[in-house]
Amino acid sequence: MKKLPLKKRSLALIAVLVPLLALFVYVALRSGPLAPVSVVLATVEDKSLSPALFGIGNIEARYTYRIGPTVAGRVKRLDVHVGDRVKAGQVLGEMDPVDLNEHIRAQDATLKRASAQLNEAQVRRDYAQTQALRYEHLLQARSTSEEVVATKQHDLLVAKAGLTAAQEELYSLRAEREALAAQRSNLSLIAPVDSLVVSRDAEPGTTVVPGQTVVELIDPDTLWINVRFDQIRAQGLAPGLSAQIALRSQKGKQKAGRVLRVEPLADAVTEETLAKVVFDQMPDPLPPVGELVEITVTLPTLGATPIAPNAAIHKIDGRLGVWQVTHDDLHFIPVSLGIADLEGRVQIQEGLKAGDRIVVYSENVLNAHSRIHVVDHIQGVRQ
Amino acid sequence: MISLAGRDIMHSWGKFVFTGMGLGLLIGITLSMAGIYRGMVDDAKVLLDNSGADLWVVQKDTLGPYAESSSIYDDIWRGIRGMAGVERAANITYLTMQVGKQAGDVRAMVTGVTPGGPGTPGWPPHLVAGRQITRSHYEAVADIASGFKLGERIQIRRNQYTVVGLTRRMVSSNGDPMVFIPLKDAQEAQFLKDNDAIRGQRRRTAENPALNPLLDAVIASQTTNPYVNAVLVQVEAGHDPEKVAGSIRRWKRLTVYTRSQMEEILVGKLIATSARQIFMFLVILSIVSSAIVAFIIYTLTLGKIREIAVLKLLGTRNRTIVGLIMQQSIALGLIGFVVGKISATLLMAPIFPKYVLLQPLDSVMGFIAVVIICILSSIIAIRAALRVDPAEAIGG
Repeated sequence: MKKLPLKKRSLALIAVLVPLLALFVYVALRSGPLAPVSVVLATVEDKSLSPALFGIGNIEARYTYRIGPTVAGRVKRLDVHVGDRVKAGQVLGEMDPVDLNEHIRAQDATLKRASAQLNEAQVRRDYAQTQALRYEHLLQARSTSEEVVATKQHDLLVAKAGLTAAQEELYSLRAEREALAAQRSNLSLIAPVDSLVVSRDAEPGTTVVPGQTVVELIDPDTLWINVRFDQIRAQGLAPGLSAQIALRSQKGKQKAGRVLRVEPLADAVTEETLAKVVFDQMPDPLPPVGELVEITVTLPTLGATPIAPNAAIHKIDGRLGVWQVTHDDLHFIPVSLGIADLEGRVQIQEGLKAGDRIVVYSENVLNAHSRIHVVDHIQGVRQ
Repeated sequence: MISLAGRDIMHSWGKFVFTGMGLGLLIGITLSMAGIYRGMVDDAKVLLDNSGADLWVVQKDTLGPYAESSSIYDDIWRGIRGMAGVERAANITYLTMQVGKQAGDVRAMVTGVTPGGPGTPGWPPHLVAGRQITRSHYEAVADIASGFKLGERIQIRRNQYTVVGLTRRMVSSNGDPMVFIPLKDAQEAQFLKDNDAIRGQRRRTAENPALNPLLDAVIASQTTNPYVNAVLVQVEAGHDPEKVAGSIRRWKRLTVYTRSQMEEILVGKLIATSARQIFMFLVILSIVSSAIVAFIIYTLTLGKIREIAVLKLLGTRNRTIVGLIMQQSIALGLIGFVVGKISATLLMAPIFPKYVLLQPLDSVMGFIAVVIICILSSIIAIRAALRVDPAEAIGG
């Protein structure tokens, strides 16, 4: 009876200390290097893989027409605005001829003068011809010297040459006159095909030089996408493959298309392969030229092979491999990898077979001596 | 032999246990402080481990890429890859910035990794969910400390990225979570300014008459970023990293750090001041703990000074009285240590904003320190007890 209060105290002390000690042992074993590492396992399965390539690009116009004058001049009028659709042959605007008409008139006058000079040359030649003939007859009659006849022959040749020169001068002036006429008829800015006006770079009154763009047109029916694929992942890219096109302005909506061609020249600086992708059906309304686009190209489906998630692949001591679990023991199995798809699955060519259990996710970096604790998902991961 | 200490503890066990728990919380903070220090060093080391590199090639005469900014051309890796003893070389960029999500921002170290596959230098070595990056643009693998979840769309500069994988313990030396994105996106993110700035730059360039004939070319050259922060190099098996580093230094005229040099930079330079602060706190806490233990034991001893006088009167040997006080002191230390270890591991470490690494060896050393401190702290109380005059037992 007397010992009861003491016993009560002992029990209370034990009730406090024992759980404390138990908690301490639990803490010592469950934290730090002694604690087992939580892992999530997966089973290797034989599956067929649909590899795909991902690239980004910009919408570009396949045909761009930059319309401008062929000679320096001033823009007289411009009839079209950005966004207008124009027909082939339509006059878009006109250049101011400035002094071209005066040049043509001057050229006309020069032509008349050349024509008069030609007449003069013809007259000279006719006279020289007559004289030459007359002196030949005189020589036959022994009424003149050979020297005089030779002089007359020489005069005839000079007159003929003068006539040829006058004729050529006339041709030259005529051609120049035609050139000026052509320039004058070329003052109209004409649309070469049915197209869309995308920029108006000079306004009426602006002086422009030959080759400078006044109006830029594109063919809206031939928009394509200039896509860049990282070279590391561009294997299998070929014309004709179907592509999913996601426009930046229409997130979530996919449009169908196909690879038109793979460019023979890659971008050496950015280390990217270039390709052109076209829409199966042109979107309506048209997307802006230059818009950013994401392209996913689907490659042909491969035969069934062992497949593992790429999160399971590790590099240890310079070798790629996976942590395989057999009877709760960890083994690092080197593997050789094949093609991967965009969903993170990768072909295992050697090292694993269907049914093998491997570690996909681990809480910490694993080693061959790690104790593992299999869980559904790693603690702290927000699903 | 009757344990006097045990009997005395049993007599007022509630007070004793609660005092021990109070002391335990203090010891818990001391252990956590040591854990914070270890965590800082570990943060610096995991950054190096996670990069998977043997050598870091950086801008000449800089401490880059972690301690100082470093910028080198992004095609230098090709030349390095061709050198003897280099197995792999990969570009990498690091940029600490605010990463936007639907609600608020997260401070993170955005890391641009070279496309490739698992095992490429710079890639996260292990995931806790999701998958590695497979697309060369607009995908991200984030550390769970960032609070991002799988499938979430996050904003880095002007582009949105989908979180496809999650990692754990991928942090910068400051403890900021890392977010891995494809290299080209990261180069753009490092360089690309906001739209207003771009327009402003274009206008300024256009207004410079000297550039007029080449305006388009100049503007194009202004909107590219052919730089990365470092090249990570993996050395072929059988080659000495120091020799390979020497050869890159000699022929490429760049600064190269080996693993041990990089560790020296990160641990010795980058976190040295913080580590010293933590160490000072650790010392102060240890002194405070020993003062408190000494004070508690002294008070407990003074509380039973009459009983000690009685014991002395009965002819108890000094050794027994010393044992009584010392055993109580050690018992208090033990309870304190157990409570401290539990509170540090279960309560403080998980909720502390920085990584707290509690190493078993630290715990063992902490335990020894606690016992020694308890023994030393009891000396004042022992001295007081031994100087008690037995006459006080009757004198009262």
